[in-house]
Amino acid sequence: MTLFRKVLLGGTGLAFLLCGAALAEETSLSVSIKDHRFQPTEIHAPANTPIVLNVKNLDPTPEEFESKPLRVEKVVAGGGATTIRIRPLSPGKYRFFGDYHEDTAEGFLIVE
Amino acid sequence: MLGALIIVFREVIEAGLIVGIALAVTRGVAGSRSWIAGGVAAGVAGALLVAAFAEQLSAAVAGRGQELFNASVLGLAVIMLAWHNIWMARHGRELARQLSDVGHAVTSGDKTFIALAVVVGVAVLREGAEVVLFLYGILVSGESGMNVVFGGFAGLALGALLSVLTFYGLVVIPPRRLFAVTSVLVTLLAAGLASQSISFLQQAGIATALTQTLWDTSGILPDNSLIGRVLHTLIGYSDQPSMMQGLVYATAIVVIVLATKLVAPPVPRAPSPATAGTPAE
Repeated sequence: MTLFRKVLLGGTGLAFLLCGAALAEETSLSVSIKDHRFQPTEIHAPANTPIVLNVKNLDPTPEEFESKPLRVEKVVAGGGATTIRIRPLSPGKYRFFGDYHEDTAEGFLIVE
Repeated sequence: MLGALIIVFREVIEAGLIVGIALAVTRGVAGSRSWIAGGVAAGVAGALLVAAFAEQLSAAVAGRGQELFNASVLGLAVIMLAWHNIWMARHGRELARQLSDVGHAVTSGDKTFIALAVVVGVAVLREGAEVVLFLYGILVSGESGMNVVFGGFAGLALGALLSVLTFYGLVVIPPRRLFAVTSVLVTLLAAGLASQSISFLQQAGIATALTQTLWDTSGILPDNSLIGRVLHTLIGYSDQPSMMQGLVYATAIVVIVLATKLVAPPVPRAPSPATAGTPAE
């Protein structure tokens, strides 16, 4: 058990070492959700810069902001707002969607 | 209706599989079912609580609350699974012998079943909260008919059915082998959860290293498809993992396997001829 703890502690230490806090200038973006749709459906950001995305949910119902390529999965309460941090990206078109209303809630982050 | 069913079922696959595995692992051990049931009940209660305070949770810790919460409960599940495996490595053999000898009445090992109850509770809590929010959204908006609500509950029922199927799929394995199979299952499950946990820390902007994508198989097997989801739980499959996730996954497996090997009692010589050919059950 003690050995297990040591291994566990070692692993945690390693994890913290790897979690260097890289602070760089950020790009702020915002998008809102209304009637289970994103507004606007396309947002633009410069490449290789950390992005802070504010998501405002104007619907009374909760939504889950999700994106596979951005690796984000976050619930936004009905009438609420949330902040999503996105790693610096290379140029491209990244899709995001509302997990609870995927048929209507879809948008793209264009990085250039 | 089908849409709601699929959304809810997709969310509960992980919890369903984990409950099934936990039931199979502790099969025949007195009191284990109440531990698992307690875990599920606590998970449901927690899910309702998390859903009710979703907004506050999200705003906590400078908007990182949700990610930190998910990362910590997943981390807790990883530790519990690791502990369970290590405990089993030490005591599993005698437990298996008792199980096949006397059939059912084994009362030892309650400690490790607390661990499994926590794992089950955490799985139900995490996914349950999303299901609660989704169903709540349907009910509140009133824009979808009762058949959507019915679809959602049918999805839940399918999740429970998955637990049952997983359980019966595993218990056909003779007890002696079952421990070997479940320890592999539990190790992969733990590694997968560890990689999910680190991805939430990456999402929170806390773990910032190695964010490059390791591979992209979303075109072949997206991990929000049903098979993708099942593999996501069982072996930690992800269609676009980061390098950090890969590293954490591999590290978790190595650590658990090494720790298990270290505590395991020496392997006894081949069984005596008298017991060798006897079927386990």
